[in-house]
Amino acid sequence: MAEFSLPKNSRITQGKTWRAPAGATNVRTFKVYRWDPDTDANPRTDVYEIDMDTCGPMVLDALIKIKNEIDPTLTFRRSCREGICGSCSMNIDGRNTLACTKALEEIKGEVKIYPLPHMPVVKDLVPDLTHFYAQYASIQPWLKTETPAPSGRERLQSPEDRKKLDGLYECILCASCSTACPSYWWNSDRYLGPAVLLQAYRWIVDSRDEATGERLDQLEDPFRLYRCHTIMNCTNTCPKGLNPAEAIGEIKQLLVERQGA
Amino acid sequence: MRERPLSPHLQVYRWPLSMALSILHRASGVALSVGAIVLVWWLMAVAAGGDQYQRFVDCVGSPLGKLALFGWTLAMMFHLMSGIRHLLWDMGWGFERERSQATGWIVVIGTVVLTALVWLLARGGL
Repeated sequence: MAEFSLPKNSRITQGKTWRAPAGATNVRTFKVYRWDPDTDANPRTDVYEIDMDTCGPMVLDALIKIKNEIDPTLTFRRSCREGICGSCSMNIDGRNTLACTKALEEIKGEVKIYPLPHMPVVKDLVPDLTHFYAQYASIQPWLKTETPAPSGRERLQSPEDRKKLDGLYECILCASCSTACPSYWWNSDRYLGPAVLLQAYRWIVDSRDEATGERLDQLEDPFRLYRCHTIMNCTNTCPKGLNPAEAIGEIKQLLVERQGA
Repeated sequence: MRERPLSPHLQVYRWPLSMALSILHRASGVALSVGAIVLVWWLMAVAAGGDQYQRFVDCVGSPLGKLALFGWTLAMMFHLMSGIRHLLWDMGWGFERERSQATGWIVVIGTVVLTALVWLLARGGL
């Protein structure tokens, strides 16, 4: 059942403010979600004033600057800093995206940074993605075949069939879309969510995969697939410009088509 | 270990147009279900005739009744327009970011125009 307000232990309080260094002329304010598992305190938002003359252009640059120069206790995931690893996904300026590819210039006023929405928090901006990964594993994201592989070469695919994977294979599993989806917020225990469903579709349309029927059987369920109500938050927030809502629509169409067959 | 807090969701998410239209689609659906009861009341009042019908006309004709009718017209037109948008999605059309944004605004504008049209016609303004 949908719970619209935050549980008692999750309500956010006001934290510390770290003033800009004296003499800074180009100052910007960052409001960042903090939670420390080693204390008994509720989550809080700390405010950091940053001298933009000595800060890089992306949100991740600002977070790293805070960690390096102001407050080393700030915890967040990051790795590639070029939008391909999916580690630094978080809620920035009210939308889910990657801190490394989100330019500070695109944000008006105070920069608000929270962890991915409606997730258990491990620490600060680090959400627990265990359940998300388990759901990914449940759709068996690998090539399943019955026929023996052709000897001496890989399984071939026509350029047209390969093209069907465009817009799907690029997904980096950052979970921005799933954690932007209200249906996933209220029903993530049973609804697979946009990221995992896009991946499911990626294997369904792969011309080399021979388990299409089995995959569709697994998805034909009022919760696993049909909690999608085309709210479109997934597509609107994907930092890679992919379209999970469309992939889900394609799965729904395939299920209807095979009923008529 | 302490129980992990739940990260904020509705509290921090900046609503895209589509998200607002989605919840309004559900809300207008609920409103129309309630409106259907009034429709049944109207039919029963017609069948009963005379005083019964007069009582219905008095209720619906009162300022509050008119306001409710206006609300139902709005809900009806919104649900209709938004429903067509959902049908197009079910046919596989209109998932692109720009296109879904455009159809969202068409729903909003269409709702206002159709509601205005109905009320102008009802009041003999056209």
